[in-house]
Parts: sequence; C-alpha cells; structure tokens
Amino acid sequence: MAQSTAVKKAWRTLIWLVVVFGVLIGTIAGGVLWSNATWTPKLALDLEGGTQIILTPKLESGDQVSQEQLDQAVSIIRQRVDASGVSEAEVTTQGGTNVVVSIPGSPDDETLNRIESSAKLDFRAVLLADVAATATTASPSPTVDPNLSTTPTASPTNASDLAWVTPALQAQFDNFDCNSEAADDAGQAPADQPLITCDDNGVKYLLGPVEIEGADIADASSGIATTQNGSSTGQWVVDISFNDAGTKKFADVTTRLYGLTGVQNQFAIVLDGRVITAPTTGGAFTDGKAQISGSFTQESAKTLADQLKFGALPIGFTTQSSEAISATLGSTQLLSGLIAGAIGLLLVIIYSLIQYRVLGTVTIASLVVAAALTYLLVTLMSWRIDFRLSLAGVAGLIVAIGITADSFIVYFERIRDELRDGKVLTSSVQAGWKRAIRTITASDAVNFLAAAVLYVLAIGNVRGFAFTLGLTTIVDIIVVVLFTHPLMTLLAELPFFRDGHKASGLDPRALGAVYRGRAQFRAPAAGVTAAKRGSSSREAVKRQTIAERKAAELAGTSAGITGGSAGKPGTDSTRPTDEGKNS
Amino acid sequence: MASFSKFGNDLYSGKRSIDFVGRRRLWYAISAVLVLIALVGPWLRGGYEFGIEFRGGSEFTVSQVSSLDQTIATDTVNEVAPGSNPRVSTLGQDSVRVQTDELDKTQTASVQDALATAYDVPVDDVTTSFIGATWGADITTQAIRGLVIFLVLVAIFMAIYFRTWKMAAAALIALLHDLIITAGVYGLTGLEITPAAVIGLLTILGYSLYDTVVVFDKIRENTSNLGERGTQTFGEMVNLAINQTLVRSINTSIVAALPVASILIIGSFVLGASTLRDISLALLIGIIVGTYSTIFVAAPLYVQFREKEAKIVKHDARVTADRKRAAQSSVSA
Repeated sequence: MAQSTAVKKAWRTLIWLVVVFGVLIGTIAGGVLWSNATWTPKLALDLEGGTQIILTPKLESGDQVSQEQLDQAVSIIRQRVDASGVSEAEVTTQGGTNVVVSIPGSPDDETLNRIESSAKLDFRAVLLADVAATATTASPSPTVDPNLSTTPTASPTNASDLAWVTPALQAQFDNFDCNSEAADDAGQAPADQPLITCDDNGVKYLLGPVEIEGADIADASSGIATTQNGSSTGQWVVDISFNDAGTKKFADVTTRLYGLTGVQNQFAIVLDGRVITAPTTGGAFTDGKAQISGSFTQESAKTLADQLKFGALPIGFTTQSSEAISATLGSTQLLSGLIAGAIGLLLVIIYSLIQYRVLGTVTIASLVVAAALTYLLVTLMSWRIDFRLSLAGVAGLIVAIGITADSFIVYFERIRDELRDGKVLTSSVQAGWKRAIRTITASDAVNFLAAAVLYVLAIGNVRGFAFTLGLTTIVDIIVVVLFTHPLMTLLAELPFFRDGHKASGLDPRALGAVYRGRAQFRAPAAGVTAAKRGSSSREAVKRQTIAERKAAELAGTSAGITGGSAGKPGTDSTRPTDEGKNS
Repeated sequence: MASFSKFGNDLYSGKRSIDFVGRRRLWYAISAVLVLIALVGPWLRGGYEFGIEFRGGSEFTVSQVSSLDQTIATDTVNEVAPGSNPRVSTLGQDSVRVQTDELDKTQTASVQDALATAYDVPVDDVTTSFIGATWGADITTQAIRGLVIFLVLVAIFMAIYFRTWKMAAAALIALLHDLIITAGVYGLTGLEITPAAVIGLLTILGYSLYDTVVVFDKIRENTSNLGERGTQTFGEMVNLAINQTLVRSINTSIVAALPVASILIIGSFVLGASTLRDISLALLIGIIVGTYSTIFVAAPLYVQFREKEAKIVKHDARVTADRKRAAQSSVSA
C-alpha cells in the first residue's frame, strides 16, 4: 500500500535525522576529548568583552591595496599579537581593505601600542639632525617662505647627498615642530623623497630617501652584547640579519656612510614615519648582519627587536577605530537577547497553538529540533572555523525563529488546501508536501542568497548576523525535510488526526471541505495531480458540472453544487475519508 | 479561532474575495503616496540622523552607575573637553553612553577619568571607543555593493525559477518599495542610522522576497493552465491566488514579526540604544511593509506586466465571451 511505504520512508528519514545528530554530537565530543573544542559556542567581543581595533591602510591617493599585501599584513600582525602573549586574539581582514584585531579582555597599553604603532619600517640616511624646538615656539602651522626654492641646485647623486636639502626644505626643517600634525603624517611620506621627522626623544631629523625596506630584514633579536673573547659587556643590543637583497643594500649603504662624518654617518630606522633609532655606522657591513647598540634596557631592546622583526609590513596602517567593550555590558546584552528570544519563541508557540491547535505542537517540536541542530552547528563552527557568536548573530538567531516557523505554516496551509479539496489526510500530507517543499526551497534559496551576499561582502558585525541567518536557513530545510514531514506522515496515521478531531487543527469540516464543490474553479486551476487522476471518474463528473454551475452562479444563483454527488453546501454527505478509501 | 479559519476557507473557495488586482490603481496610489512621503519627508525634516559610526567621534560607556542623570555626563564632558558636543543616552538600567566629537588620546583619557569621578565608579567601568568617520562610509559602500549584487542574483534566480522575468521584475519593484519606505521611517522619525539598522534593512531583502516567493508560487500554480479551457481571466486567477494565500501571508508575517517585536521591545526598554533595537526596528517595519507590498504591489504589477501579452488577451477574451454566452443561456433557460 502507498501509505505504508510513506510510513516506512518516514521512519527511514527520521533515522537519518538521528544520524545527523549523532555525527554532530560525536564530532564535537571527539573535539572536546582530543582537541580544543568546547560544548558551548565561543562568544564574540561584544558579548565577551574585549578590545577591537580596526586598522585601515595608509595609502597615497590613487593607490590600491592588494589582497596579497593585506594577507601579509594580517599574518605579521597576528605574529606580533601572539608574541605579546595574548591568547585567542583574532586578526581578520574586512571589506577588502581593513584589518580587524580583536583581543579578548582588556589588553595592556604596551600590547595595544605594539599593534597600533608597528607598521611600516624603512632605513634612511640621516642628512641633518637637531634637537627639536621646545613647546614654547610651537605654532600650529610653521610658516615657510613660499618663495624659497624647492628644486635641488644639483641633482643628488646618492641618498646621503646634501643636494637633497633645498632652501625650502631647510626652512621647513628649521620650523619643524615634533608635536605638530605634520609629524603625525610623516608615515605617509613618499619613499623616494626626503623626510622630516622626529624620534621619541625630541630630536628632529632630515632624512634621505628610503634605502632599505623593513621587508628586507630576515630576523632580529635582542640580547646582551659579548666581547670578542666571549665575556658579557652587560649592554643590551639588537641583532639584525638581512635577507640577500637586504644584505647587498646594507653593504652599499654602510660602505658609503662609513666614509662620511657627523650626522651623515648615521642611518635612521624609521617606523611609521618616526625615527626609532639612528645609530652611527662603525664600519662597512657586508655579511648582512648588524648590531645596534645604544642605551637599551632589556625591555626596549626586545621591543625594538620585535618591531624590526614583525614591523616589516608591506603597507602602513592607521587606527580607524579602537573600541573597548565592557564584559558586563556584553553579558547584560546577551541576557536580554536570550530573554527576548525566549519571549519571541513563546509568542510563536502560543500563536501556533491558537491557529493550528494540536498541530501547533508539531511546530513546537520542529522548533526544538531546529534549535538543537542550530546550537550544535554553531558550536561546531566556532571550533572548526573559529566562528564567534556576536549580539548581531544572536539577533539573527531570534529572527530565524519566525522564518523557520514560517516554513511549517506554508506546509500546514498546503495540507489544509488539499483537505479543502476533499482529500483524505494521509494523501493530503503527501500532496501538500510536494507543493510545500517547492515553495519552501525557493523562498529559503532567496533568503540564503541574501545571507550569502551579506556574508561575503560584509563588514564587522553584519557578518555574524549574515552567518547565523544563512545557517538557520539551511537548518530550516534540514528540519522540514528530515523531521517535520516524516512526523506529519506518521501523525496522519493516528486516529486523532486522521479522523480530523476538532482540536487537531486538521478537521476537514472546520476547513470547509464541505464546500468542496464551491472550489469548482480550483480543480482545473490547480493542475491535475496524480492523486486526482486516480479518481478520474469523479473528476470527470465534476468537470462537466463546472460550466453549468458557473452559468448558474453568473445568473445570480448562489447555490453551489458539489462535485460528484449533488447537494447543497453544508449537507454534503461525501465525507472526505470515504473518498480517500476509494482512491 | 474558528472565525479566522472560516475566513480562510471562504477566501480559499472564492466565496469571499478581496479584489486586490482589480483595484490596483488605488493600491498603487497609496504606495506612491507612501514612497513620496518616505523620499521627501526626511528631506523636509532636515535629512537623516547618522550614528557615530558615520559621523566619527569618541564614545564613552559608563557602566554600573548609581544615578542615570544625564546632565552629570554633559556637564563633565563640557568641562573637560569644551566644544566636543556630547550626546548622552542611557543604556539598560545602569549604564550611560556619551558620544562626542573626535577627541585625541590625552583628552579621551581625561574625559574617562572625569566621568569615572563624576559617576563615582572605578575607571575600569568607563570604556572608551574611537570611531573613524570612514568606518560608516565603508559599511555604506559595502551595503550598496551587496544590494546591487544581491538584486542581480535574485533577479536571475527568480526569472529561472518562475520561468518569467516579469515575476522577478514585479518582486524587485516591491522590494525597492519596501526598502524606501523603511528607510523613510528612519528619516521621518529622526532615529539614528547605525550599522545595525543597515543590517536590518539588508535583511528585509531576504524577508520581503521570501514572502513574495510564497505568493508567487501559488500564482504560478493557479495560472499554469493558462490557455486551457478555463472560466477565469488571468487577473482573476492571480487574485484568487492572493486570496488563497492571504491567511498564510498573515500567519507567516505575524509569526515572523513576533520574535522581532520581542527583540525590539526588550531591546529598547531594557537595553536602551543597542544593536538589538536597531536591527529589530528596521526588520519589523520591513516585515509589515513587505507583506503589504507582496499583496498590494507585487501581484497586481505582475498582472499589469502580463495582461497585454497576446496569449493572455486571447485567453481573457475567450473567458469573457464564454461568460456572456453562459449568461444568455441561463437567462433563456
């Protein structure tokens, strides 16, 4: 019998659902036992509390940042954050231009500075140096005589050539204030032009064009200097080694600088447009190794080594936003979100029960299964792809309650439509399902498309929202196919539903199946289904009567004639169940 | 709710029918007025209010306060950082949020200390944020790009699924209608447009079309035998489909709206200004307008797009002719 195969199939489908759950729970359990998975989803910064820093590339106008540069920057920043001992930090790109650093808890200032300050590292030759003007002479915009020449008198032959220093540049240098905005903007200076900038001790420098870039540094470390016979000098130094290209460049530069005197003997290591150190050149270094000595402490030597090692970013960054999120506020928000979700769920349940009576319990059961599946998937995702649940994500989950419940309504209404057409419940469930699943798949596809587009292009917390929305759309399909439909198939066999108990929500009388004949124009309009073809003789009679009835109706008589057996509405003796047994 | 299910039965059978398609000029007029208000209203009011993510600036959140007095914050900020335009709002039951123009690091630190002293809380309970003005602009650019890509993809999807681009066109016009009206509510009420509100607006994309697909699927089903011997004009078939899915549309919209409304109420009364409130408000308006537009805009537009097709003109003419003949025969009978 057709029904029994449907029932068998329903049981088989339910077993698949159990398998899906088994696999998910098994995977997570395995992850908990042998890896770093947890039974609860990881929370994003806005719920857990922490600091989120968004870095945006400093670009000269018209420049574009490539994905490769961005990926490189992300891995360098990640190394740098990890080196500072912060665990669980998250470094991601955003919208194709920005880098987002999320750090749980509240990191100390040093860590923040390390992330924010370290960016673009250059080696430049020193042309001029001077102790900067003190704050007494600070004027917001130093006035430089615009008539001074800006073109070098002679074309500079190398980066140390004083011909770089034009009268205009000299005047600018003389008036330069280390606290001015110009000093903050130094990081964006073109690489092939001289740069005026300061160091943290208030010394201002006029530097030649960039000679070696940070990317040429292979490694840097800090340590205590030793003399030739191996005894410790007690002085902290920073050792640098260059890669092949860097070795050659460094050899050229040091050879040239060694022959020069005064400040021109110095080269400056410039980080983000600020001089971090400007050591003198004690010889020509051709082996690609150099040691920077000075008045380092253990701390400052390590910081410089880290900056040199991890500071070799392909592009400079500026902090676009830096947001500290309080954990208390986060937990309040999470709690409120969960309360809102619970209330929303309760309202949906109450409404389903009012609208669909006992059938509403199918909605509740399906929502429970959907919730469990979503929870497991979110937990799995937070382990496998490091997904973190944010407040926007929670909102996405709550919104999903309604959208998931919508699929059940579409399905139930389709079953009711079939009942109204006079079918028996078991075949109504199957026929209604065929139509409902089409509609549900199509509308879920649209929803999923929206979520996917949002996710791919998303910025910030839009992404968390899009992720949960997309995930729940998939869960919706899984639950409807693997749970709601088989459950309906099985329930349709129960006398309570089959005989259309008043409280079942599927009472054919309440659904107006008695009006069956009045749905006259629907029979052809709905297309002929397989089930209908089965009762073709009845169908034939029904069709013949349509034109006549239509005529009667147009003439103003409202009395309907039911299909098959004649009778007035409300007195139809053909019970849908009877018809079902015939077919 | 027997009466509601009776209502559904009557709509299904056609006993009771609301003329959505026939009176379309009225619905168009209503929608046109709404869209016009949504477009012109905000402009008359003085433009949209943008959140700090779009303006740029510094933000301080003081949590665990014993007094929610906002003047304390205003006075403190004006004293420490004059001319920084503080905007104060409460968050939840024990937090105060202060947004100011962009402050530098030292100013931020001194405002943070001053706020902690003024509200008598530890400095750790005052969190600070700095938001660059380009952050919001980035979101907007991404949102618009996302919108365009989504519209193209969904138009292709619907054209393939329904096998007619006219359904896709009608659905997209209705979607645009929903977006404009929802955005208009923000402009008219002066609610701040935050990234969360933009998320909500983008989600309407999915929801509004979800609703339209459900109804259009039924329309497609009812009109699939077009050209065969039928007793209804094309417009009547579509109208019956809308009526038959009306109960479904109402139920799905209510069920979708309930959790959203619950977030909105909890969000605004308990949390004050928050991500949850901003997302849910845009969504709630979108769900309501989306349901309206599917029934009153999308479906009638679809009829309008198609009724000039030769096949449909022919079909409708035959149905009308059949009816005349039937009427005459019944009169003569």
